[in-house]
Amino acid sequence: MSIGHALLGLLETGPRHGYDLKRVYDERFGQDRPLAYGQVYSTLSRLLRNGLVVESGIEAGGGPERKRYAITDAGVTDVGAWLVTPENPQIYLNSALYTKVVLALMSGRDAEVVLDTQRAAHLKAMRELTARKRDGDLADQLICDHALFHLEADLRWLELTAARLNELREQVAG
Amino acid sequence: MSEVLLSGTNLGKAFGSTPALDSADLSVRRGEIVAVMGPSGSGKSTLLHCLAGIVTPDTGVVLFEGRELSSMSDKARSALRRGEFGFVFQFGQLVPELSCVENVALPLRLGGAKRKAAEATAREWLARLQVEDIAAKRPSEVSGGQGQRVAVARALVTGPKVIFADEPTGALDSLSGEQVMRLLVGTAKETGAAVVLVTHEARVAAYSDREVVVRDGRTRHVELVP
Ligand SMILES: Nc1ncnc2c1ncn2[C@@H]1O[C@H](COP(=O)(O)OP(=O)(O)OP(=O)(O)O)[C@@H](O)[C@H]1O
Ligand SMILES: [Mg+2]
Repeated sequence: MSIGHALLGLLETGPRHGYDLKRVYDERFGQDRPLAYGQVYSTLSRLLRNGLVVESGIEAGGGPERKRYAITDAGVTDVGAWLVTPENPQIYLNSALYTKVVLALMSGRDAEVVLDTQRAAHLKAMRELTARKRDGDLADQLICDHALFHLEADLRWLELTAARLNELREQVAG
Repeated sequence: MSEVLLSGTNLGKAFGSTPALDSADLSVRRGEIVAVMGPSGSGKSTLLHCLAGIVTPDTGVVLFEGRELSSMSDKARSALRRGEFGFVFQFGQLVPELSCVENVALPLRLGGAKRKAAEATAREWLARLQVEDIAAKRPSEVSGGQGQRVAVARALVTGPKVIFADEPTGALDSLSGEQVMRLLVGTAKETGAAVVLVTHEARVAAYSDREVVVRDGRTRHVELVP
């Protein structure tokens, strides 16, 4: 994700200090990956260079953490354009799991064990996300759902492969 | 870990020449939620029916609280199903001529409870499942998700020790399916009921404590090495 655009988007609601931006970002979007302070300030100085934000007041004492930043008109235009640019659909054609299944079949091992173990690991992760959803607010629920649907997609592939294992075994042997 | 409440060992079942179960094993502890997963036709429903005493397996033993289901009389088995088991199926299977509250009260009435008391308890359960507002409606007048919540209320109203749920969200969209699962699992945990949850959807299975996969009539148990 573009951190720069996300920070710009947050600045569109009003000027903020760097530390304040980090706090709001972590709260709303950080989930398990909070921003590093260094990343916030390097991103802000890039936005500054590109004329997308300006400094809007410095408190006594100086230092980057005392600076307040405001979005410029160019910044607003930039956020608007980013919002309507679709994210690239992620196409996973290079599946480690597929490779494992084929190698298991090639070496005469039990490929079903590969699939079973993966299913168990996926379900374990899905259980944790489901529990987190139960105790969370709407934001937690939507973010966990996003992850859950992706894991579910993997599992659907896994079940389909399990159902076609004999067919695949013949192809691999042939 | 608490004791085993219900177990099926070495279960086999064929319908004519169609094999449905082949040496399947499943045990459920008190209050535990176990998902039974697997492809269509793999034997999930047959396994559930054997464990619930609806179908008698050709081979193997089903024990509930140490009692063997197949050695009980039909009458004793029916009484056990009515008193200790609750059922939720894909399509609510509510009685169409009865209102929702009457449907939920039905298991209590069959157990000999007076109408007024039964319906009062039924109303409490409808409220717990957040559908008290449709108490007077017929099943044909409510949405699929509401109907399933009524079915969950009916399954729980007698205070069963096990709920058998076969694709309880199979006919629902993601959001109403989720509400049904939340309420089913939440109330089961509160009352200490175990749940045998048949589903082919991983997001539904994720509400369970543990999963078992059925393939070609056989159960596969996988223990993750931590
Ligand atoms: N009453 C019956 N009479 C004849 N065959 C049956 C009967 N019930 C099940 N079968 C067969 O037994 C096998 C297992 O069926 P079962 O209904 O247990 O599968 P399932 O895993 O529940 O499938 P689904 O996900 O489609 O509900 C299938 O081949 C099915 O056709
Ligand atoms: Mg079935």
